[in-house]
Amino acid sequence: MPEITREEVAHLARLARLALDEAELDVLAGQLDVILGAVAQIAEVTDAADVPPTSHAVPLENVTRPDVVVASLPRDAALAGAPAAEEGRFRVPRILDEE
Amino acid sequence: MTDLTRLTAAETAAAVKDRSVSAVEVAQAHLDRIAAVDDRVHAFLHVDADGALAQAKRVDDGELTGPLAGVPLALKDILTQEGIPTTAGSKILEGWRPPYDATVTARLKAAGVVILGKTNMDEFAMGSSTEHSAYGPTHNPWDLDRIPGGSGGGSSAALASYQAPLAIGTDTGGSIRQPASVTGTVGVKPTYGGVSRYGLIAFSSSLDQAGPCARTVLDAALLHEVIAGHDARDSTSIDAPVPPVVEAALSRDVRGLRIGVVKELSGEGYEPGVQARFDEAVEVLRGLGATVTEVSCPHFVYALPAYYLIAPSEASSNLARFDSVRYGLRVGDDGERSLEEVMALTRAQGFGPEVKRRIILGTYALSSGYYDAYYGQAQKVRTLITRDFQAAWEKVDVLVAPTAPTVAFPLGAKLADPLAMYRQDVASIPANLYGGPAASFPAGLSEGLPVGLQVMAPTLRDDLLYRVGGALELALPPAVPPLAWETA
Repeated sequence: MPEITREEVAHLARLARLALDEAELDVLAGQLDVILGAVAQIAEVTDAADVPPTSHAVPLENVTRPDVVVASLPRDAALAGAPAAEEGRFRVPRILDEE
Repeated sequence: MTDLTRLTAAETAAAVKDRSVSAVEVAQAHLDRIAAVDDRVHAFLHVDADGALAQAKRVDDGELTGPLAGVPLALKDILTQEGIPTTAGSKILEGWRPPYDATVTARLKAAGVVILGKTNMDEFAMGSSTEHSAYGPTHNPWDLDRIPGGSGGGSSAALASYQAPLAIGTDTGGSIRQPASVTGTVGVKPTYGGVSRYGLIAFSSSLDQAGPCARTVLDAALLHEVIAGHDARDSTSIDAPVPPVVEAALSRDVRGLRIGVVKELSGEGYEPGVQARFDEAVEVLRGLGATVTEVSCPHFVYALPAYYLIAPSEASSNLARFDSVRYGLRVGDDGERSLEEVMALTRAQGFGPEVKRRIILGTYALSSGYYDAYYGQAQKVRTLITRDFQAAWEKVDVLVAPTAPTVAFPLGAKLADPLAMYRQDVASIPANLYGGPAASFPAGLSEGLPVGLQVMAPTLRDDLLYRVGGALELALPPAVPPLAWETA
């Protein structure tokens, strides 16, 4: 079924916020085609049609705790590993166009 | 004088307790061992000598006690340790010092375990050889030109080269068991939810599970008891008593145990030497009083493709957190580039090729138009694999198979062929998709290299793994690495 093009890989890389270079796109397109060709064999499992999906080994329920204020990570500790911080906050690159 | 690095964890704890040796001496012996051999093995990414000696002193001062107090341990670099560099084998986290301890780390510290340092691994635990570490590969102590398994190759190599008697691994598709198999050590993936994931850097959250690694079955069980148990900080943590794993390891008794050999996990793709050692080990278990039958799990052959859709899908989502804002690397922030451009540049430089491959694969599998055929279908196959396990438990108590299809392969042999690397996980993945416990135990050598026997058990019956492992350990000659390179 799969035949993944270089253009598709470039599109996926944009969605995933990965600035891949030309050489990486070439290599990945070839490799992904092979990998997808192999994983596509799950389509053969015809008895899966009416089976519910499993997202998790442990049946998920909401887990809550008492609504009590407890100590959280101090702000300075949370910011200590950031590549850039300013005035007690994470500093981010430009997010709006300067017009 | 006794070489303190050759003792088991149980022996070390007993010696520290009766004060025939101090915890500081034990820690120093292991730090010396690391200094002597790790330039060739490269098991560690970071060694915390000061922290280890300080913790050992607290044990000697009687501040910390417990069944493993004073025993050194190597911690996989995917679990956070406050103030200690934690990279998950990735450049994107180079230099990051976590502001908190993982629950596993906190429990080890409270139990008086002496954490020597952080071990090498495939980047974000994606790989089967530790060659995908951004910091260079780890070498298998049995043959330095071969892989130590992955992703937890640093932990398995540390054990096999006597740099630590205990280690922590994490297992998403076999990353504890396959390294144990190829290094002749013991590795246990507990029941999913049996050990807290708080502070475990997430790869595939519905599959990731931390567990014990050791050179003996009893040591693994002792470590299992220290790290397991409910944790309110992990909403998927199971609120149930820890299975009696130490008692089971000590019993070494498989009389009357019903063992099922998985029909689909043998034959083509499994090396003859691996298959032979496995078959012999099963006969040993039969001789010890277990009943052995063949069991068919027809959907297990689809576990590998299902896993390589589910795990990359979850990874593509989980690794979105590496956004160059809150921690780690930031590249190209020149005041001109936008947040999105900086993010994409940072991720392109910070992630290695395998991580990029899986992010793209996962992004594809979750794309609209492909979701039902790939991710959705894989989740249905996951249900069928779980049903295969449940059907097997009607007939047998545990399932067995080779842990990995091959012995340790030469470094570089599979790097250019991702699919060949993925096939290392063919026998270990079913247990992850199901969520039950599974372990690898030494089962002899093929061409001088270790082979592992895998045991899989029902959810929360982790104790059964240790019964089989304990019996096998007593019956088979020990797997002792020759370490010929040390004297060469």
